[in-house]
Amino acid sequence: MKKLILCLLLTGATGHVHADLNIFACEPEWAALADEIGGDKVDTYSATTALQDPHYIQARPSLISRVRRADIVICSGAQLEIGWLPLLLTKANNPKVQAGSTGHIFASDYVDKLQIPTNLDRSQGDVHPEGNPHVHTNPHNITIIASVLAQRMMQLDKQNSNLYQQGLDHFIQRWNDAIIKWEDRIKPLKGKKVISHHNSWPYLLRWLGMEEVANLESTPGIPPSVSYLSNLASQFSSGGADYIIRTPFQNAKSSQWLSERSGIPMLLLPLTIGGTEKANNLFSMFDDIIDRFVEITK
Amino acid sequence: MRILLTYILSVLLQLTSITLVAQPVDINIEQLRSEIEQLKQDYDAKIKNLENRLAAAEQQVVNVSQSSQAVPVISEAPRSAQRSGNTGFNPAIGVIFEGFAWNFDNDAQGYEIPGFPLAGEAGPVSEGLSLGETEIDISANVDDKFTAWLTAPIVLEDGEPIIEIEEAWIETTALPGGTSLRFGRFFSEIGYLNSKHAHSWDFADQPLSYQVLLGNQYIDDGLQFRWLPPTDLYMELGGELLRGDRFPAGGASNTGVGGYSLFAKAGGDIGDSHSWLAGLSYLNTDSTDRPSGEEDDPLIFNGKTDLLIASLVWKWSPYGNWQQRNLILQTEYLYRSEEGNYTLPDERDLAYNTEQGGLYVQAVYQPFPRWRFGVRYDRLVTDALGPLFNDTPFATNGKDPERYSVMIDWSNSEFSRIRFQLTQDESVVGPDTQFGLQYIHSIGAHGGHSF
Repeated sequence: MKKLILCLLLTGATGHVHADLNIFACEPEWAALADEIGGDKVDTYSATTALQDPHYIQARPSLISRVRRADIVICSGAQLEIGWLPLLLTKANNPKVQAGSTGHIFASDYVDKLQIPTNLDRSQGDVHPEGNPHVHTNPHNITIIASVLAQRMMQLDKQNSNLYQQGLDHFIQRWNDAIIKWEDRIKPLKGKKVISHHNSWPYLLRWLGMEEVANLESTPGIPPSVSYLSNLASQFSSGGADYIIRTPFQNAKSSQWLSERSGIPMLLLPLTIGGTEKANNLFSMFDDIIDRFVEITK
Repeated sequence: MRILLTYILSVLLQLTSITLVAQPVDINIEQLRSEIEQLKQDYDAKIKNLENRLAAAEQQVVNVSQSSQAVPVISEAPRSAQRSGNTGFNPAIGVIFEGFAWNFDNDAQGYEIPGFPLAGEAGPVSEGLSLGETEIDISANVDDKFTAWLTAPIVLEDGEPIIEIEEAWIETTALPGGTSLRFGRFFSEIGYLNSKHAHSWDFADQPLSYQVLLGNQYIDDGLQFRWLPPTDLYMELGGELLRGDRFPAGGASNTGVGGYSLFAKAGGDIGDSHSWLAGLSYLNTDSTDRPSGEEDDPLIFNGKTDLLIASLVWKWSPYGNWQQRNLILQTEYLYRSEEGNYTLPDERDLAYNTEQGGLYVQAVYQPFPRWRFGVRYDRLVTDALGPLFNDTPFATNGKDPERYSVMIDWSNSEFSRIRFQLTQDESVVGPDTQFGLQYIHSIGAHGGHSF
């Protein structure tokens, strides 16, 4: 038994000996960003996958042990992780990543947020007082947050700071090139109207120049009801919307139902990396989102 | 005119900041921020200047025309005023409302489990329509090294509302090496269910084993130490030094250090869909004049108690997407050994040396959002006591107490839940069927999704 415990302790302590920074990301997009900047100097872990709604996560034992060993915790913030991140931070006993420390980053703190409510009342659903948290779906926000993350990595691991600076420079260069290409491709999408399952997409839609005309959830966080969907079906059966969009963790039945009745095509989009087969890094995620829109718009 | 001017300038200001932000290669964020701040101040100064000149000009016009109309005043939105003063540091406050409508086939007043005198908060839900605990939770970081938590339920005691201090603790946030220290009053970390607040239980009441062996839940004053080794596998080792004033302790023995506990936990994930948590805990308490049984005519215990709990929780959710579908399997075994003596209400003194155990197994399944279905089985076992204990509350009715419960609950959102529960209670004299409705609603601070 003693040997077993010792063995576990040793594997735990030496498992990541090659990485200089242990990065705990609440969502896959931030893990991917850390990988782009840090390369093999960082060991990244994402607490959630593209198939999970990042709001409804439990403070699982495995997540506590990851936060316990993290040098940086990077999350979307704006209360997206309010149900589980505070618990993880309390239980993990790791002063390096507590709120206010260098190792604690809320990405949404560094960009202009959309949908900041003027009236806070839970009768309007699970609204986010600080604004919509899904800031990564506008590539310009990624640019800003990349700089913030790289700064923190340089501060925490001074030995490799040149490498992180190079990683950042290289990433930004490729990212800016990609943005130029994307912004050329999305021109025909401007002005299109979208019905989304949950309001996960305001940053993307703003960037694409699209307009969100309805959500399948009558109030955020409350599953779509049949009566509300019927209303939408009659409202949009004679036009007024071009796509119904959802991401894998949102139940497909609601969008299928509405799509069948209204004739509006439905689109599955990766809200984050891993959401579709092609979306396996930040670049291919945006490639795939645009591909999927463009394909259906022809 | 002034509005137009301000608008143009603010648009310009935004454009400038956008262009600045859009080329962040090599640019230090702090530097950037200070530059923007500088720009903003410059523009503010210019606007102010223009506004003053405009106001002066308008004043002249007013003076010339001798008009009685006042100069329109543009109110400046107090952008940061709402965070000024001492209210910006208000802690997170949440209130949880709970109530019941419960029916018993038997007489609920004389509820007792033969062989297992109840103590503490143990017992069934109140009969009829009743308000449960109204729990007020207040929490915040104290500074960079401490965090604080208060749970103060308002409860009715003999019809009078009183505010209890259920939990009031301070915890360190900056100790090195994965350690932390909590002090104050808290739910002991033993077992799985012991530290769970009533509103997060999956059934309306605690398992019989917790009711009988821990007085529902063991809360006490003291110190708690926790250590998390830096392992891939989640492990937590800890211990508590306790005052020993609450059941299964009593009377704050040993000059107010009447108990201690040790606990070890391990847990992890298996793939994306499964996670588990296992725990082993030990509680040792001394009792001085600990009451149990009937409140007016209590049994008095003096002696020592050893308690062991083994717990296992298994959770499943396809791809870990908890909101859509999930299953929780949960079981705990509690073993208690007590040695000492009881003074009965008729003043008899009896030497008491008994081992008792309690087991519960439960499953809760959410097949689709909002609805959950649960089943639970309870069982208690005890040593047979000698003939001296005949005609006392320690005499069993010849078989192990058992209880079967089923529940269905519906949650409109994360903040509201309504539950129906049906219990077949074979722990009491003459089997009892109990059923009822419970509501749990919360407002204010967002609660945590603890495992």
